[in-house]
Amino acid sequence: MTKARFKVVFAGPLVSFQDQGRFGHLRFGVSTSGPMDRFAHRAAHALVGNSNAGSAIEVSLGGLILECVAGEAMLTVAGGGFSVQCGATNTNGWTTQIIRRGEKLTLRAGEWGSWCYIAFAGQLTLDKWLGSTSTHSMSGFGAGKLTAGVEFEVQNSEVFNSRCGDTLCPNAARTTDKVRMIVGPQDQYFNLEAVKYFCSKPFELTDAFDRMGVRLSGPKLLLKDALSIPSEPIVRGSVQISGDGVPTVLLADHQTTGGYPKIATVLSVDVDRLAQMRSGDTFRFIPVSAEDAIAAVRKHYSTCEAILDDLAAPKATLAEKLQSLNLIDGIVSAID
Amino acid sequence: MNLPSFKPVADYGVLIEFGTRESDDLYKLVVTLDKTITSANILGVVETVPALVNLLVIFDPLVTTHTLVQSAVTALFPLKIPKNSKQTIHRVPVCYDMELSPDLIEVAKVKGLSVDAVIAAHLSATLRVSMYGFAPGFAYLSGLPEAIQVPRKPSAIRGVPTGRVMIAGPQCLITTVVMPTGWSIIGRSPVSIIQDDSDDPFLFRIGDTIIFERMHRNNLPIELQAK
Repeated sequence: MTKARFKVVFAGPLVSFQDQGRFGHLRFGVSTSGPMDRFAHRAAHALVGNSNAGSAIEVSLGGLILECVAGEAMLTVAGGGFSVQCGATNTNGWTTQIIRRGEKLTLRAGEWGSWCYIAFAGQLTLDKWLGSTSTHSMSGFGAGKLTAGVEFEVQNSEVFNSRCGDTLCPNAARTTDKVRMIVGPQDQYFNLEAVKYFCSKPFELTDAFDRMGVRLSGPKLLLKDALSIPSEPIVRGSVQISGDGVPTVLLADHQTTGGYPKIATVLSVDVDRLAQMRSGDTFRFIPVSAEDAIAAVRKHYSTCEAILDDLAAPKATLAEKLQSLNLIDGIVSAID
Repeated sequence: MNLPSFKPVADYGVLIEFGTRESDDLYKLVVTLDKTITSANILGVVETVPALVNLLVIFDPLVTTHTLVQSAVTALFPLKIPKNSKQTIHRVPVCYDMELSPDLIEVAKVKGLSVDAVIAAHLSATLRVSMYGFAPGFAYLSGLPEAIQVPRKPSAIRGVPTGRVMIAGPQCLITTVVMPTGWSIIGRSPVSIIQDDSDDPFLFRIGDTIIFERMHRNNLPIELQAK
């Protein structure tokens, strides 16, 4: 067991500490927050050998430079395909590395993806709010954003050379151009053409994109009348349409109630894949029934659990590593 | 009593709606159903989110389904609406000092009232915590008298600090986080809706009654006294 201390040399906007989220307080205006890509967050912890997915660092496209100022630690980077420099090692995407005193870890936006995670073997000692370290971006509640000069500690860090090296990003963690949703609950306020366009035309992510939501561009989705509806609950994945017909998909730090009509809600299994896309990427919404939504989430759960089990196993030799990668792809292609 | 409508929300929610226009009667139904569902301990239900005319039930899709949740909730009808339920009343002090209440004069001007009449109307209101939203601890207090109802400003003012008492339309709220807002700031309150770091730090429950009481600037905590 070792201890390590890190100092933030540089952090782009929206780089924050996130555990799995803050649950059960929606009625008090508290969204769950937590990782924008929940699967990648768990995968990073699994790869680094943590049995629980506790706190990790969520890195935005703005990037991050950390310096190890004391001790040594093992860490995994997983999520979008970011460029990673750890000490003298340069790589891309998913990787597990050891960092020692005096070395720097630099993450920059890479080929794809908007968010990635740094999980350390061991625990980060951080402030909690309502039992969770997850940082709510608007209020700053939780462990907080990372900014230049911030220091933090990793406790009980274990370092195993056998875990180190690159891992192929599983298909389940990549983006998709088909985003499944259930139409409603306020589709009745839109004209038929708007619902038809919503279910068939491509939409593009704009750069109005943060942890609260992402605005889309596409066909205007017009309401039947310019009416105002009483404020009502919003969830992660709600697609609300503003008065001028522009959709916004609400994300991890969403407001919990609002008065814009919602034309659809994205399935939990697809909303994080959407959040990994970038401004300029396009996709289509695919309407599904409630029954199909339940089937999709159950299938996704078993697929992801199998992948996480596999990622968690120490990879002693290169041969075993290659074999496990084949297994991951096998699972994904067999089920999807 | 007619059954509400049930609508699926993503793979983990059901929106239960009693109507589309805000009213006291619908609101009582929402609050009663919220309590009834919570005490019924329905398998797989993890959370409920009451709003003005509807209620969202969030469930674990690995355990249950939209259809099963709908059947379980339907079985709870007809609801027993309590006739004289015990009300929790919060008396919330507000300081209306002109220097600390930047929009008081504008509200008075728009409504054709004196500043004192605006303050008196605000103090006369019996408000209800109708829901939380927008940000942690943001309790929407409904029931502002028509005499002081004003629309939101055309554009939001950035960086409004905590402890500000604001109004827009029939609603009032006390800020809990620094935020941009188009609401009119008519006072300051030392009451913090998010109280401490406990597991249940929220001062108001949905359905609670709020009455404002006037407070002198000198009695505000020092940090709120400053302009």
